[in-house]
Amino acid sequence: MDLKDLYRDVILDHNKRPRNFGRLDPCDTAADGNNPLCGDQLTVTLRLEGDRVEDIRFEGRGCAISTASASLMTEAVKGMDEAAIQALYARVHDALTAAADAPPPEGLGKLAALAGVREFPARVKCASLSWHTLNAALAHRAQNAAGQGPGAGLDPTPIAAVSTE
Amino acid sequence: MTPPASAPASAPAYDVAGVRSQFPVLATTVRGKRLAFLDTAASAQRPLAVIEAVDRYERTSHANVHRGVYQLSQKATDAFEGAREKLRRFIGAASSREVIFTRGTTESINLVAQSWGRRLGPGDEILITWMEHHANIVPWQMLCERTGATLKVAPIDRRGELDLEAFRALLTPRTRIASFIQISNALGTVLPVREMIAAAKAVGALTLVDGAQAISHQRIDVQSLGCDFYVFSGHKLYGPTGIGVLWGREALLREMPPWQGGGDMIRTVSFSGSTWNDLPWKFEAGTPHISGAIGLGAAVDWLETIGIDAVQAHEQSLLTQATAALREIPGLRLIGEAADKGPVISFVMDGVHPHDLGTILDAEGVAVRAGHHCAMPVMAFFDVPATARASFGCYSDEADIAQLVAALRHAHEVFN
Ligand SMILES: Cc1ncc(COP(=O)(O)O)c(C=O)c1O
Repeated sequence: MDLKDLYRDVILDHNKRPRNFGRLDPCDTAADGNNPLCGDQLTVTLRLEGDRVEDIRFEGRGCAISTASASLMTEAVKGMDEAAIQALYARVHDALTAAADAPPPEGLGKLAALAGVREFPARVKCASLSWHTLNAALAHRAQNAAGQGPGAGLDPTPIAAVSTE
Repeated sequence: MTPPASAPASAPAYDVAGVRSQFPVLATTVRGKRLAFLDTAASAQRPLAVIEAVDRYERTSHANVHRGVYQLSQKATDAFEGAREKLRRFIGAASSREVIFTRGTTESINLVAQSWGRRLGPGDEILITWMEHHANIVPWQMLCERTGATLKVAPIDRRGELDLEAFRALLTPRTRIASFIQISNALGTVLPVREMIAAAKAVGALTLVDGAQAISHQRIDVQSLGCDFYVFSGHKLYGPTGIGVLWGREALLREMPPWQGGGDMIRTVSFSGSTWNDLPWKFEAGTPHISGAIGLGAAVDWLETIGIDAVQAHEQSLLTQATAALREIPGLRLIGEAADKGPVISFVMDGVHPHDLGTILDAEGVAVRAGHHCAMPVMAFFDVPATARASFGCYSDEADIAQLVAALRHAHEVFN
């Protein structure tokens, strides 16, 4: 096993210089994610246009895998609608949990760099934390929208929705 | 810990290779690399003596205990009660009636909190320290919630040492029990338990010592310690998981109500009421972990053949060496620099999250714990999300340290 399969340059780079780092204020929806086992903790804030992600930021602290995964995710989903995000997440999830000897994932672009975690099952949840948090933020918005008629303001307070333990 | 002064200068060299050969798992490889097992504080490995004692029992002596009139049941009962006697001797208890088998440290503390704790009420106080394992925090929090008692916490300093003066000041005539670790699993700190016990006694409080991290590293004599309860887990003492001990003073255990009801803990049962069995069985409801107790008995016998004083001296010398070597690694910071430490080193590395460190070390065959070590208040105190922790046992050697140091240097390179 080569460590470079897990800590690829892309991951080390996004860990050191996370993209879209910070908080959107105001935002349309947000969620907190944490992994109590590791102490990884992050907040995702979103600005939406319909169900399309107009802008996204994340902040928090965590290991290189969770930080790089969040950073790569924000780059990948900007401009996508919810259906496209779900489809992408399904493919990312498959890539993370595939058998160690499965062929490398195709068509994931830079996100494919995360596939090395498949050899370290204990680290899969580090890589998926940001995606769970994004899902929670989208679900949070859907709930708010359903509960309050059309045109009502959204409550962007982050919800402590996900824990990956 | 200072190695025992009584160790003769001419003591034969510690035969670490011989000790290692007793632990089959140490001969296995991890990802093609030599296994450097440095997570003994989480759970120690088992020597052949334990593996074989459990195997022999399973093959030749298993039956339920305290029940059958047939020979096999008597054999199992003798082996089980024989193990209790070995544990009694190992910790210097006055009577085997004081040695209660539990699932481990956690269950032992819960037993005390739930049984003895029933007598507490509003206004009563429980004193712990900032260094406790969650197992010595949460049962007391739950007890306080039920009874209205108050939990107080004695502070620590930046080196990871207890503020003994603050501990003394927090003891009041309302303190009913002071419960504290002997050695911190997160920081390695050895607490001044004798002074703490004396101070608690002076205000009339009972004391519980969490010996989970101490029991395999130094000789324990519960009577000379002077505490009221002493608890530990078998799996940190080279024995099986799922078995541990609560030692308590007989007079105290007698007064305490049973905590779980069922078979074995009763003398008579009728629908108008039941009566309790004698100690220690009053606290051992249900079929116990028979093979676990036998394995633990074998573990303490085996440890005595090596000599716990010799083990302590060996571990302390590794601790000194490893601490010096780790200080040389760029970007590495030790968390917990108490003057007196058990064989535990917690650390963080600049720019490398402890979990990444754990994974990189794993890739090099080095098994360390990375996380909060069930001591979240300690992590909060040092403002770190987690630490990496290397810990030693009787089988740890210089090659383990060399492998750790090389892997840490590699981690520093990968990330910088
Ligand atoms: C100091 C201390 N107390 C309590 C425990 C809990 O032990 P167990 O999980 O065996 O009940 C541990 C184990 O990590 C420990 O190190």
